[in-house]
Amino acid sequence: MKLLPKVFIAFTVAALAYAAYQALVVAPTEQTMGNVQRIFYYHVPSAWTAFLLFFVNFLASAVYLWKRNTAADAVAAATAEVGVVFCTVVLITGPIWARPVWGIWWTWDARLTTTLVLWLIYVSYLVLRRYSTGSQTALLAAALSIFGFVDVPIVYMTIRWFRTQHPSPVIGGGSNSGLDPSMWPPLLWNWLAFSMLAIILVAVRYRLQRMEEDVEQQHAQVALRGGTA
Amino acid sequence: MSTLAMTRATLMKDLRMEWRSKDAINSMLFFALLVVVIFSFAFNPSAEESRHIAGGLIWVAFLFAAVVALNQTWARELRNQVLDAYRVSPAPANALFLAKAIGNFLFVSVLEALMGPLFIVFYNLRSVGPPWQLAVVTVLGTWALVVNGTFFAALSIRTRNREIMLPLILFPISIPALLAMVDSTTSILTGDASPDFWIKMLLVYDVVFTAVCLLLFESVLNAE
Repeated sequence: MKLLPKVFIAFTVAALAYAAYQALVVAPTEQTMGNVQRIFYYHVPSAWTAFLLFFVNFLASAVYLWKRNTAADAVAAATAEVGVVFCTVVLITGPIWARPVWGIWWTWDARLTTTLVLWLIYVSYLVLRRYSTGSQTALLAAALSIFGFVDVPIVYMTIRWFRTQHPSPVIGGGSNSGLDPSMWPPLLWNWLAFSMLAIILVAVRYRLQRMEEDVEQQHAQVALRGGTA
Repeated sequence: MSTLAMTRATLMKDLRMEWRSKDAINSMLFFALLVVVIFSFAFNPSAEESRHIAGGLIWVAFLFAAVVALNQTWARELRNQVLDAYRVSPAPANALFLAKAIGNFLFVSVLEALMGPLFIVFYNLRSVGPPWQLAVVTVLGTWALVVNGTFFAALSIRTRNREIMLPLILFPISIPALLAMVDSTTSILTGDASPDFWIKMLLVYDVVFTAVCLLLFESVLNAE
């Protein structure tokens, strides 16, 4: 492994450790919710990271459909998998927080439902990738990704018509919302650390995907020459 | 041949084949009938209750039954390499897609027309709201299921586990449409709320996804 990735990994580990210290020790205890509010520092950065990864997946899929570039497909595969992991973290940390604060584990609120549907769509995307064969995989997956991207705003609009229980956007919400200034550093540190972690995971997954493609090509070459792979 | 003529020719061929074999409609009908009977046993609702849950039951039954027909859409074109022949012909890809989608729409509509009365009998349904709105919801909802279903069936015939793949990718994307269908049907049956928002939602869903399907179908047909 070259020097740069090693340095980056070292920085990521340091950032994760410092972010955990920020979230668990430095951040003030919330007045009404108590310590359980600290899960916010993991929940929100995971959600931002997952949404970012899914957005990159959409862009990569669009690039693939347009240019038929296998690198773009590998990016799509990597971001979808890592995105599902972060989205799973969001869906698990949410109910852990909701149970003591709302008194319920789950509710069919706009943002919860949209996140769940997003998760379902990307799990089905991974299933499709898993079960399609050869060079078709990239194209079929890219098409499904476009459908998923178009679907998410519609899901959000649909569920909003019911009612929304999720705390209204704390950041950039109405005049009454807002985060205490002392809570910003832990949140941003965690976001930075999680994003760095996501970059590492995507990079590793991307390399693996490229290697698999390589191996497949070698097999095909050998088979073409009449040998056994 | 123009797109329109091509669509018509493919559609007529599919309708004729279905008329002679009745493969899709028979399996769909029997499947939907089973779902209706099983739901009826499982919930055993009173007339008032059933008005509240019927919207959900009807659409879930139709969704499951539609998958049965959708899975057969492309299977018969795989035999004798019809799809490959289509690919090398100069015929527009979207004509094929539209013909298949319209064909499926007609099959599912026939199913709904036959199963609707059965639902009314089994669940003692009587609509409080204006019944003509149900027709609007049915047309929009059926198209919502069928247009994406036809497209995803074309995706899933290329995978290793064809038959099971279709619901796995179709259901998550269809969640908003299904929600809109169920809620508009329930609000018409109970007369509690106006279904206008849901009908508009379905219309938006139909327009958006029809456009996406037509945009991407050619690439999927030619996927190698």
